[in-house]
Formats: sequence, C-alpha cells, structure tokens
Amino acid sequence: MRLFVPLTITFVAGIIMILQFFVPATQSMGESLQEWYMIVASFAIFIGAANLLQVHAHRIRFKGRNWKYSPVTIVGFTAMVLTGLIFGIEKGTPFNFLFLEMVAPMSATMFSLLAFFVASAAFRAFRASNWRATLLLISAFVVMLGRVPIGAMIWDRIPLISEWIMQVPNLAGQRAVMIGAAMGMVATSLRMIFGIERSYLGGAD
Amino acid sequence: MNWTIFGIWLGALLSLSLYSFLYKDNPFYKFAEHLFVGMSAGYWVIYTIKNVLIPNWWENLLPAEGGMQPIWLIPGILGIFMVLRIVPKLASLSRMSLSLIVGTGAGLTMTAMFQTNALAQVNGTIVALGQGGGWFNWVSNIIMVTGVVCGLVYFFFSKAHTGIVGRTANVGITILMVAFGASFGYTVMARISLLIGQTQFLLFEWLPTMGIHL
Amino acid sequence: MATFTEKLGNIDRRIIFTVIALSVVIPLAMRFNLPIPITPGPSTDMFDVVEALPAGSMVLLSFDYDPSTMPELQPMAFALTQHLMRKDIKIVSMALWPMGVSLGNEVLTSVSDSLGREEYVDWVNLGYKTGGGVLIVRMGSNIKSVFPEDYDGNSVDDMPIMDHVNKLGDFDMIISLSAGDPGVPAWIMMAGDRYDIPIGGGCTAVSAPQFYPYLGTGQLIGLLGGLKGAADYETLVRIGMENPPPGTAIPGMAAQSVAHLVIMLFIILGNISYLAEKKKKGGVK
Repeated sequence: MRLFVPLTITFVAGIIMILQFFVPATQSMGESLQEWYMIVASFAIFIGAANLLQVHAHRIRFKGRNWKYSPVTIVGFTAMVLTGLIFGIEKGTPFNFLFLEMVAPMSATMFSLLAFFVASAAFRAFRASNWRATLLLISAFVVMLGRVPIGAMIWDRIPLISEWIMQVPNLAGQRAVMIGAAMGMVATSLRMIFGIERSYLGGAD
Repeated sequence: MNWTIFGIWLGALLSLSLYSFLYKDNPFYKFAEHLFVGMSAGYWVIYTIKNVLIPNWWENLLPAEGGMQPIWLIPGILGIFMVLRIVPKLASLSRMSLSLIVGTGAGLTMTAMFQTNALAQVNGTIVALGQGGGWFNWVSNIIMVTGVVCGLVYFFFSKAHTGIVGRTANVGITILMVAFGASFGYTVMARISLLIGQTQFLLFEWLPTMGIHL
Repeated sequence: MATFTEKLGNIDRRIIFTVIALSVVIPLAMRFNLPIPITPGPSTDMFDVVEALPAGSMVLLSFDYDPSTMPELQPMAFALTQHLMRKDIKIVSMALWPMGVSLGNEVLTSVSDSLGREEYVDWVNLGYKTGGGVLIVRMGSNIKSVFPEDYDGNSVDDMPIMDHVNKLGDFDMIISLSAGDPGVPAWIMMAGDRYDIPIGGGCTAVSAPQFYPYLGTGQLIGLLGGLKGAADYETLVRIGMENPPPGTAIPGMAAQSVAHLVIMLFIILGNISYLAEKKKKGGVK
C-alpha cells in the first residue's frame, strides 16, 4: 500500500501528460496537473533551506568542522529573507541591493575561479598520447583560435575552419549523443510511468 | 553615504576574498563562501514565495473577490507533504508529492524529447543527404551523416564491437573525439570569459573609486 | 637531479594561476582592442532574424541564467535588448531561473531609460516561475494563468503590453538566454516544436556545441555562443550607429585572445614535458 498510492499517482500523471499531447479532450486535465506541478515543485526549496539551516545549526551546536563560519550562512540567509519580506524585491530595495552588490559578484567570482583550474588541468592532463587524443587536441586548438580575433589575424581562414568543425564533425558527434540520450530518456520515462523504475521513491522510509 | 560606491566596495572585497583561495584556503575565502551559500538560498526562498506561491497558489486558493477554491488545497497539501521529507517519521508522505513531479515530468519529457531530440534529428540527418550547394557542402553532409550513424553505432552496446560493427564504431569514436575537442575549446573560452567579466569589474568599477583610472 | 622537462612537468600551479591572471589583466588594463571578424554563422543568423522583425512585433525574452554566467550572458542581454528596443519591438520578459529576474531587470530598465521606453507599454518583466518545460507547455495555452502578475505583484490585466498576449503563439519570436537546464532545449521542445514559434538563443560557451544539432535542423534559428557571440552581436548592432553604447564583450575579446594563446602554450609545454619523459623512460627500458 505504501508503494501502491505513489506508483498510481506517477502512472496517472504520466499517462495524462502523454495523452494531452495527442488527445485534445484531456487538455484541461493536463493543464491543471501542470499548474499543480509548479506549486508542488516550488515547495522543494523549503526542504533545501530547512536542510541548510539544520546542517549549520547542528555544526554550531556540536562545534563541527568550520563551525565558526556557520553563523555567517545563517545571517546571510536571514538577511535576504527579512529584507525581501519587509521591503519587497523590486529595483532599489535593500533586497535588490544585497543581490546586486553581494550575491552577484560572489557568484561570478566563484565560477571565474574555474579559469585558473581549467588552465592548470589542461597543462597537466591534456596529452597527445595517441592519434585520437592528438585529433582532439588539434580540434580544440583550431576552435580556440577560431573564436577569438587573434585567430583571424594569424590566418583569415581559421574562423571558417573552426565554424566548419562546429557545423560538421561537432554537429555529427553531438547529434549522435543527443539521439542516444533521447532514446535512453524515453525508456527511463516509460519505466517510471509503469512503475518498473522506483529508485526515486527510495530513501523516504 | 554613497551607496553605489559602498556597493562596489562590498562586491570587490568579497570577490578578492574568494580569489584568495588561489593562494590557499583561508578564513577570508571561507567567510565569503559561507555568506554566498546563505544569501543565495535566501534569494531563492523569497522569489519562490513572491513569484510562485503567492500569485499561483495562495491567490487562487483564496481569491481577492472572496470565498475559497478547495481544489487548490490539493497542490498545497502535496507541497506540505514534500516539505515533510525533513521529518523522519512523516518522510514517507513526500512520496506522493515526488510521484506527481516524476509522473508529470516523465510523461511530458518523454513525448517532447522523442519528438525534438530523436525524430527531428533523424529527419535533419536524412534531409542533409539530399541538400545541394556544391561539392564542398556535399562532402560535408556526407561526413556529417557518416558521423551521426557511426556515432550511434558506437553507443550501441547490445552487440560486441567487433568486425564491421567495431570498424564503424571506430569511425564514430573518431568523430566524437573531434566533437569533444571543440567542446573543450568552448569550455576554455567560457571559463576565461567569466574571469574577464570579474576583472573588468575590479579594474573599471572598483579601482576608479580609489582614483585609479586605467 | 631533476631535468628541465621534469621541472616543467611539476611546475607549481600558482605560477600557472599568475600567468593566466596576467594574460587577462594586462590586455584589459592597457585597453588593448582587436577588430571582431564577423563570419557568417549562428550569430549573424540571429541578428538577421531580429532585424527582419517589423516594429510592434512581440518578443518573449527569457532570462534563464544566474550571476555565475553573467560575464557571458549579460552583454548579450544588453545588445539584444538594445536591438529590440531600437526597432520598437515589444519585450515580454520572464525567467526560468530565479536570479535571472533581477539580472533581466537591470538590463531592461537601463536600456529602456536610455532609449525612453515605457514599462508595461513597451516592455514588462513577468518574473520567475518554477517548472521549466512544464511551465512552458502551460504558457502555450494560457500565459495569464501562469503569470497573473509581474515579478513585483502588478496585475498583468492592467498592462497595455499584455492586451494582445494570451498564449505563446501570440509571440513572433522567443529568445532564451540560457546557462543550462531549463533553458534553450526546454524552449525548443515545449514551445518551438510544439507550437511552431521561432526560437533564438544565447548561451554560455560551454553549452554552445550541444546546440548545433538544433541549428542544423532549423529548430533554433540563431545562437549567440559565449562572449564571442556577445561580441559579434555588439559589433552587428553598432554598425551604422553614430554614438554606440558601451559594451563589455568587444573589449573583453582581446584579453580572451591572449588567454587562449597562453593556455595553448601551457598545453604545448605540458606535452613537451610528457613526450620527453616518455622518450626517457623508453630509453631506459
């Protein structure tokens, strides 16, 4: 019974969504389901937030690893929530100021660190160890040169060769991956709808 | 107080704290990292409440014109069941909500993905064979079609990659290598672009606040 | 004693970091500029499609990214919005990523103020909704049931721009600026293929190669890939303009060039060290 109800909901929801693609009469049922989906999925953010606060409160309580920084996370979270609830979210509010002047630069910087690591990783791991790896390396070099102005200054055909690589071998490779992944996705979706694949229900006992 | 300059300094100091990680892990980095996680989560919560839950659920459940629409209790209850995942004794209720999400997503994605990423791509590959445009385009189209077919054979694991299947898969892996090389080139480009963006902020927005104009 | 090639192979990562930082900082600080060569491709296709839209057309602009990819996608958003607003095309914007709302607002208000356009008449920011593809399908039959209000809680029924917009089919084009999922593929699957609406895209360089199959089939009518795509669009928008607005993509391309050369040099040095060590080991054997 504990599995019967969830599996039935998955089956009914899945079938309605497939049917509404082909049968106009099922359209309104599908539309209601789509609106409910939005709302139920939105609640998931509260699990994330509660989990974050729980982890950091636990860390402070038991003086876990880096516990001294946990209040920073809690204060940051509270500051955003309170400013958003009290002053609103439009342009010019404290909430928007905190986002634009703190969250945005921190997020952009955090990801820009990857520039350094990609360079270091390429230096240590990008090896022409066989002819296929050499081909990969040549393709990467042509594309890297073809996408920047200096490539055209070295030889004006480099951007054209780079675009050819993108539109022919790259397109072929990506399309093969795409078709293969789509077939896998269709199979997995069917397994879920018919209750064969149940791993998403695990871990909630 | 000049809020614009204060904002720029806040952003710059936090950015420099994060960059300090490149030397080694340190308290400035940890401070900024923890702050970022907390503030980002706070942003998501507020936008979810103000942009989704209030207009799409609460105002449907209790419309401004009065009365209550009980049908909207269903997604609300399922949403609460979802949150109950954090209460061990009641966590199994979240299966109902997950089922709705998974079923709807699977049903919708299955048809759409089959149409967009499989049928349309196969169609595009076949159509390319018939396209003209001179010998160069013809050769390019042949390479493209061969690449797609051989790439698919490479991903077909139900038959051992020996004989003709093995040779076809070998052509497939060669095409895939060129594609992965192009992806690597683009990845390098992306990462460098992110660094350029933040460097532009520090050089052209932060330094001028100290009278340094480059 | 370690040989030169061994030392080269074991170079401290902080030296690599410093060289990469300098390769970006020096060209930017020196305001080193290089001409952007425009070759026919997905960027020019995108420009041509937008250019062909008549004044008064309706475009849905979706900000499906967050600040982590802001340096690539924000310049695109500025250039595209300038192009659309200069051509008197109405913009209805939204976001499949919550942080895209604020980033989109920055772009829309700034360009709108500079060109004297009016919120709710020439453009509106509807805000964020959860759901990705599911949300898009629902918008296909009724936008106002998904977006009864804009991001700030104002009713869409009171907005002149929304008078003739009821479903996705009422748009002449959809443009998604996307940093991942949900983004361009979701718009193609759920809007382009399902409701036959032209889809244009802007994306991070990381995801650009994956979208080429959609360009090949015409499911995607144009694509701006990474900072290069943004620089292409900035260049195209500026053609014939007397006082072009400042952009960040074109000045960034010189630094991008130098950094690419430096990374290629590192890869070559790494391979020299690898081949020398391989040869040495082979000799011992």
